Amino acid sequence: MAKEIEINMETITEQIPGKLIDPSLKKKSKIEVKDVKVWYDDFNAIKGIDMNIKPNTVTAFIGPSGCGKSTFLRLFNRMNDYIEGFRMEGKIKINGDNIYKKKVNVEELRKEIGMVFQKPNPFPKSIFDNVAYGLKIQGITDKQLIEERVIYCLKQVALWDEVKDDLKKSGMALSGGQQQRLCIARTLAVQPSIILMDEPTSALDPISTAKVEELIFKLKEKYTIIIVTHNMQQASRISDYTAFFYLGELIEYNKTKTIFTNPEKQQTENYITGRFG
Amino acid sequence: MRKIKELVIEKSLLTSALITIAITIGIVLVLAIEAVQFFSEVSIIDFLTDTQWTPLFTDKHYGILPLLSGTLLTSFIAISVALPIGLSISIYLSEYAPKSFRKTVKPLLELLAAVPTVVYGFFALIVVTPILQQIIPGLSGFNSLSAGFVMGIMIIPYISSISEDALHAVPNALREASFGMGATKLQTAFKVVVPAASSGIIVSIILAISRAIGETMIVAIAAGQQPRLTLDPTVPVETITAYIVQVSLGDVEHGSVEYRTIFAAGITLFVLTFLLNTLSYRIRKKYQERYE
Repeated sequence: MAKEIEINMETITEQIPGKLIDPSLKKKSKIEVKDVKVWYDDFNAIKGIDMNIKPNTVTAFIGPSGCGKSTFLRLFNRMNDYIEGFRMEGKIKINGDNIYKKKVNVEELRKEIGMVFQKPNPFPKSIFDNVAYGLKIQGITDKQLIEERVIYCLKQVALWDEVKDDLKKSGMALSGGQQQRLCIARTLAVQPSIILMDEPTSALDPISTAKVEELIFKLKEKYTIIIVTHNMQQASRISDYTAFFYLGELIEYNKTKTIFTNPEKQQTENYITGRFG
Repeated sequence: MRKIKELVIEKSLLTSALITIAITIGIVLVLAIEAVQFFSEVSIIDFLTDTQWTPLFTDKHYGILPLLSGTLLTSFIAISVALPIGLSISIYLSEYAPKSFRKTVKPLLELLAAVPTVVYGFFALIVVTPILQQIIPGLSGFNSLSAGFVMGIMIIPYISSISEDALHAVPNALREASFGMGATKLQTAFKVVVPAASSGIIVSIILAISRAIGETMIVAIAAGQQPRLTLDPTVPVETITAYIVQVSLGDVEHGSVEYRTIFAAGITLFVLTFLLNTLSYRIRKKYQERYE
């Protein structure tokens, strides 16, 4: 069992082909959140949050359903923009630039900040085309470059050995866990520096979950990762920092170890020990 | 007592279903029997290869090709009009329009299919043809261009509505995934949503073609009634349906070969639309459960 969930470290640190930019050489992605408030019509979903997130860390957002953690996560790549009635106040700065400024190019922003969703959502295209999609929409036509990048990303998520013989097969024909790793590979292909994950393992079985967790742990070296999770053990296993949300407020935000062993607030302790939520 | 009531309801529902099936089978049987009698008098090879259709003249020819070409020509013109417009509407409604706009406009568009076709026919003859004659000087008073164009407008809702349903059924998760990778709305619509809904879109196109082939009033009124093997859209033609109308209205003697031509034409029409409907059924069956 242990062997099955092992992810080969070499595939991640091996030499990066072609014009790939090593994410670790990219600008460090510091995130600063200043007094952010969110409304859906009249409903005040987030009631004023300040937060700083360090580069190359894994930060877990925890809290009961409806506490606003997913809404908060989706602010970082402006994914809430499509929701009717969405309104936002405050500033979110990534590397010093407010991403809610009027002139911000949202498409460019999203190339910098990738996202992995709750339910694996591969496109009804081949495995290869799923990973190549992000490159093709950027207008990259160099076949060799695309191929190298696809292989590289599939290796990074440890999916290459499982799918290398049928890259033409539909991405939807894979198992749930494989689909989710395909979705992560697809995200990596765009070369983001930050990866947002919205309960990425909630639809997966324990073995697939372990594989994805292992992967997150490895990806941390090169990417800044923010993960929303309902699973306390998961938060404690994989994250460096943990933020506890409740009713649209950030109750406590600290090193994961501190949150889980010595929380400052009673509410946090109640939640992580399972007394409510 | 209750059991009896249940039984009565069940049986009456079953009867209605059986009656519908029986009527369909009856129609097909009548078509087939009459057509078989027709083909005992006229060679099927002549029927399929003769380039003239003149059963009502003294020099009789029974070649279906002129009627078939009239039908296909008007349908082709109709689909050339309806496809780009219908598809654009469906993409706009599904991917761009605000919810409230979509809710009002969709039923309004569907009204287009509810206008009596005789109205469309006269619209083609009295309004569209004179306008087109201003642009194309040699255009005949009856022509397939005008009839096909108006028919195209009539079938827009078949394409726009069914395609929109298909586009709308594409899970939002796919759009989010695409946006999340930095794709624009346009890229997402054409590279993810449309391909994912392609089976539904193809079905909508086939149904629209099938509707155009079977359409009668518009072509009977505006396309003329001259069987002619041609691809020229500016001259009068006759479609299979228009021919059936023509003969049904005339004083052709029942039981004569001339009379039976309408069944031969009818079965050709039936085969055409049956094939198209089967194709669309197959496509729908094959791909519909993709996301479930």
